[in-house]
Amino acid sequence: MSPHRVFPLPVWAGQDVGRSCILVSIAGKNVMLDCGMHMGYNDDRRFPDFSYITQSGRLTDFLDCVIISHFHLDHCGALPYFSEMVGYDGPIYMTHPTQAICPILLEDYRKIAVDKKGEANFFTSQMIKDCMKKVVAVHLHQTVQVDDELEIKAYYAGHVLGAAMFQIKVGSESVVYTGDYNMTPDRHLGAAWIDKCRPNLLITESTYATTIRDSKRCRERDFLKKVHETVERGGKVLIPVFALGRAQELCILLETFWERMNLKVPIYFSTGLTEKANHYYKLFITWTNQKIRKTFVQRNMFEFKHIKAFDRAFADNPGPMVVFATPGMLHAGQSLQIFRKWAGNEKNMVIMPGYCVQGTVGHKILSGQRKLEMEGRQVLEVKMQVEYMSFSAHADAKGIMQLVGQAEPESVLLVHGEAKKMEFLRQKIEQEFRVSCYMPANGETVTLPTSPSIPVGISLGLLKREMAQGLLPEAKKPRLLHGTLIMKDSSFRLVSSEQALKELGLTEHQLRFTCRVHLQDTRKEQETALRVYSHLKNTLKDHCVQHLPDGSVTVESILIQAAAHSEDPGTKVLLVSWTYQDEELGSFLTALLKNGLPQAPS
Amino acid sequence: VPNNPKSDMKLYCLSGHPTLPCNVLKFKSTTIMLDCGLDMTSTLNFLPLPLVQSPRLSNLPGWSLKDGSVFLDKELKECSGHVFVDSVPEFCLPETELIDLSTVDVILISNYHCMMALPYITEHTGFTGTVYATEPTVQIGRLLMEELVNFIERVPKAQSASLWKNKDVQRLLPSPLKDAVEVTTWRRCYTMQEVNSALSKIQLVGYSQKIELFGAVQVTPLSSGYALGSSNWIIQSHYEKVSYVSGSSLLTTHPQPMDQASLKNSDVLLLTGLTQIPTANPDGMVGEFCSNLALTVRNGGNVLVPCYPSGVIYDLLECLYQYIDSAGLSSIPFYFISPVANSSLEFSQIFAEWLCHNKQSKVYLPEPPFPHAELIQTNKLKHYPSIHGDFSNDFRQPCVVFTGHPSLRCGDVVHFMELWGKSSLNTVIFTEPDFSYLEALAPYQPLAMKCVYCPIDTRLNFIQVSKLLKEVQPLHVVCPEQYTQPPPAQSHRMDLMIDCQPPAMSYRRAEVLALPFKRRYEKIEIMPELADSLVPMEIKPGISLATVSAVLHTKDNKHILQPPPRPTQPTSSKKRKRVSEDVPDCKVLKPLLSGSIPVEQFVQTLEKHGFSDIKVEDTAKGHIVLLQEAETLIQLEEDSTHIICDNDETLRVRLRDLVLKFLQKF
Repeated sequence: MSPHRVFPLPVWAGQDVGRSCILVSIAGKNVMLDCGMHMGYNDDRRFPDFSYITQSGRLTDFLDCVIISHFHLDHCGALPYFSEMVGYDGPIYMTHPTQAICPILLEDYRKIAVDKKGEANFFTSQMIKDCMKKVVAVHLHQTVQVDDELEIKAYYAGHVLGAAMFQIKVGSESVVYTGDYNMTPDRHLGAAWIDKCRPNLLITESTYATTIRDSKRCRERDFLKKVHETVERGGKVLIPVFALGRAQELCILLETFWERMNLKVPIYFSTGLTEKANHYYKLFITWTNQKIRKTFVQRNMFEFKHIKAFDRAFADNPGPMVVFATPGMLHAGQSLQIFRKWAGNEKNMVIMPGYCVQGTVGHKILSGQRKLEMEGRQVLEVKMQVEYMSFSAHADAKGIMQLVGQAEPESVLLVHGEAKKMEFLRQKIEQEFRVSCYMPANGETVTLPTSPSIPVGISLGLLKREMAQGLLPEAKKPRLLHGTLIMKDSSFRLVSSEQALKELGLTEHQLRFTCRVHLQDTRKEQETALRVYSHLKNTLKDHCVQHLPDGSVTVESILIQAAAHSEDPGTKVLLVSWTYQDEELGSFLTALLKNGLPQAPS
Repeated sequence: VPNNPKSDMKLYCLSGHPTLPCNVLKFKSTTIMLDCGLDMTSTLNFLPLPLVQSPRLSNLPGWSLKDGSVFLDKELKECSGHVFVDSVPEFCLPETELIDLSTVDVILISNYHCMMALPYITEHTGFTGTVYATEPTVQIGRLLMEELVNFIERVPKAQSASLWKNKDVQRLLPSPLKDAVEVTTWRRCYTMQEVNSALSKIQLVGYSQKIELFGAVQVTPLSSGYALGSSNWIIQSHYEKVSYVSGSSLLTTHPQPMDQASLKNSDVLLLTGLTQIPTANPDGMVGEFCSNLALTVRNGGNVLVPCYPSGVIYDLLECLYQYIDSAGLSSIPFYFISPVANSSLEFSQIFAEWLCHNKQSKVYLPEPPFPHAELIQTNKLKHYPSIHGDFSNDFRQPCVVFTGHPSLRCGDVVHFMELWGKSSLNTVIFTEPDFSYLEALAPYQPLAMKCVYCPIDTRLNFIQVSKLLKEVQPLHVVCPEQYTQPPPAQSHRMDLMIDCQPPAMSYRRAEVLALPFKRRYEKIEIMPELADSLVPMEIKPGISLATVSAVLHTKDNKHILQPPPRPTQPTSSKKRKRVSEDVPDCKVLKPLLSGSIPVEQFVQTLEKHGFSDIKVEDTAKGHIVLLQEAETLIQLEEDSTHIICDNDETLRVRLRDLVLKFLQKF
């Protein structure tokens, strides 16, 4: 019965928002959480280094399963590389919407990387398909039995369609991994929720570790105001987004604003994915928020009147327009093309509604860079206005604290954030919840000793006997339970000692003692016995003392008989007899009787 | 310990209808209601509620007793030799008197057909618990209830007949009214307000979700393959398992396939909701449905399909989608008329996770899982909330109409029966198995229209059940009495009953069953500090023992064992007294002993410890070891040792410890 350990090993997710990939070892089971790629790199550094997991042997043998929290590429982008190129054939778990959308985004990304940039050593379309064949879809709150001991359970995480937090459980030990989540409902998704599952460890993202974001309403108003002002003065607004997720929320926002203000300026959505994306939202409407689900029969929020498909020729049209273009970090594709066209005009505006990874154009312009070196040594001067609006649906510091409060973990591990901010949050969590909080760097291992309780089966007879005593007046005192634990194979049963003997086919060995106590007493044996009886009766108020018809005296199950001394008529011999189970009382009685009897009342 | 021979599990049977069950299970201090089906066959005794004034129905003659007395003629009307109650239709509720329903802790719903009595239970019995059901069950169940309430409230009826229910009167009525049971407990339909309140008590669950009830019992819904979101339930503790099998199907239609494996190793399997038409093959019935439909339409007639707004209709529409063009029916309009038609069609498309694999993959494309989306898009299928409004403008004949209610006692179907009943060109096709079609048609007689009976019931038949039971091997099977004998109409068909060993226990309405179930073990957690202090000892190869003395804590039905408190060190005698009162009674109980003492080795040990002058005598059962100097005698037998000595405690303890060395402790 040695203590088990939880070893979460962040392969990549440590202090870096770039990509997520965490290895957790819990009670002998190895689970990989997410398999993300880094968008800021175009070389090997793009994918996690899976040799961290196991240097020798196949990943399939080492890992019990892989869990993907949601479809963003920084969480699933390396999956085909991992399963098809490095080689992993075990199960990969994700929710249904993630399973539906993930391959499309992977294919999209593959096209940009291979077809447009001509990169080699990248996964193929067929690899994406083969990889997805290894996926097992899970329902929310379903307990999935990965094997006899390992079970996983998904919780709603908000963030994007199909995003989930996962509980990984072996016996009484558990880890919760949040992936990315959102504690406030937005225009199309609900808030993350988890029950008081008290995991040994909560692994939470901490993208916005220090931000307490202002109210959503303010941000929305701000966003609309900026868009409106720009188009009013004839400027063009570029909003780089990922095809699924924030895009839908901002579309709903603009659509209702355009409707209310009766605006005619065209809004475009750049990729062919739009309609398809909206279809996913329609078919997976049960994953959206309460309001949308309630009204979907009457009005589908994902059928937009004002938002039209974009054609690349439109970018050169004169006059104002609003364009949603992918991808969201301006690192490639259509959003980057449009950006290059519009960057030179100060009337225009680019609004970055989400986080940008280091190395991307998005990150560069957000950090104030206005001269960008593009391919072919071209320098692009950015004159357009650059705005950052945190619309990405991550929990802020308040939200993270809220989730910790909900789940009541024994310890917390922060990942997917920046070191300085994480340090701040770490202190806050330790202060407020009095639990240890870790923030490992990439490749660093955290080991948590856990001491799980051991579940055994107690025989109902034994338990009921104890419980019945628990109903007695002095029940408030904790009582001692005595029994025998039988350990056979992996089954542990606690039974009464009698039953244990019986089950093992053993008979009880009775150990009995009989002590001779000599008393000076000239009276008859019967009278001596009576004197013993009244003496004990007076002395032992809490015990059951009886005088039996045959002249013997009992104290509980201890038998006392008086006999004549064979040689000395002035002496009587008390025979005190008890079994080993009454050892204490027997020993006590002989000592008591040795002191003699009080004088009989005359 | 007295061995309690009483059963640890009781089943209260509140419904006698095998496919609309309502049972209450009492197990480990929890009271769990399994389904609350509403028996609506009672409505067959009532006159239909016409949406449009029907001269025929309102002119039916009143019924009079044989002796000519006519006091019932306002309540009872006669039509083609059958007598009907002219009143708001009423339903037969589950028993409410057998058990105090306010003590029910939770209600588990298995499918949307089995929750129709929910408002009666949750709103009128003092019920304060939680209801568990899957999301599709709740959404579609809501639609079914909404439709029913709408059908009934749409046609306000002034009269509520009750004279006929008098026992002395009912006796005099013709069958089937005479034989109707529990008529005094029949109730009118609930209101939408009651429906909403009832549904607000539901907590949504997913398949294979483990739900803890009071720390004592865990319940888990499993896919049952019968309808969107339909479930069977596992009710278990760590050492006992009850499977509740309600409407289940092994056919591949639209729902997720049935999870059979999880039903394995049950102590008790409660089996309800088998097919109501065990002799009909659903696939054959669908074929007949299509060919009869095509034949009628080709001859210029209309087809009426009385149906529920969800369920089999999705499969029928899918068949028609594939069949329409090949049968040359492309120009024929299909109408789906129900106050919830639109919602039902929309909802069917959003439950991807609850669908069979094929339909799921369509969603991943992304395409709507059901082809009726395309039928609607191409205007082949049109849906309307009722015959009033847009429908009257669009209505073209010949056509096919899907509408409710399948009992033909309320809803838009009543209008079409009146409208089309007179022409032999038209056909009514019965697909829902819940109502006898002859009884359903009775108030419309005489009828010229053709009647085709194609009941489609995808639930398990007896062959499938017997295979299932062989596979999952429950210790005991419990089922409605109807399943333990062949159907009355086919008494020679011994294959149309449950065949299992030991024979299934049967129940009937208002019965209480003590289930053959003896609990022996309960889970308890040994805290790590205590576990560390245990000293396991290998007794036999592979079997180790450890004696445990620990403090038992019980809270919220969870038991834990903690190490015994350390004896407190008293500082003063005064304090000691108080302490000893507070300190638990922790006297260490001596373990049981086992083994035997080999006499020679024992004597050697005694000598080694300084005893001399030892004499050994043989006795009938063993030996006597005499320590002459100490006037001490030790009787050694196979299963006992007796030390007889003078009152010399030091000596006794020395001897005791030497004896104990040879024995095992328990």
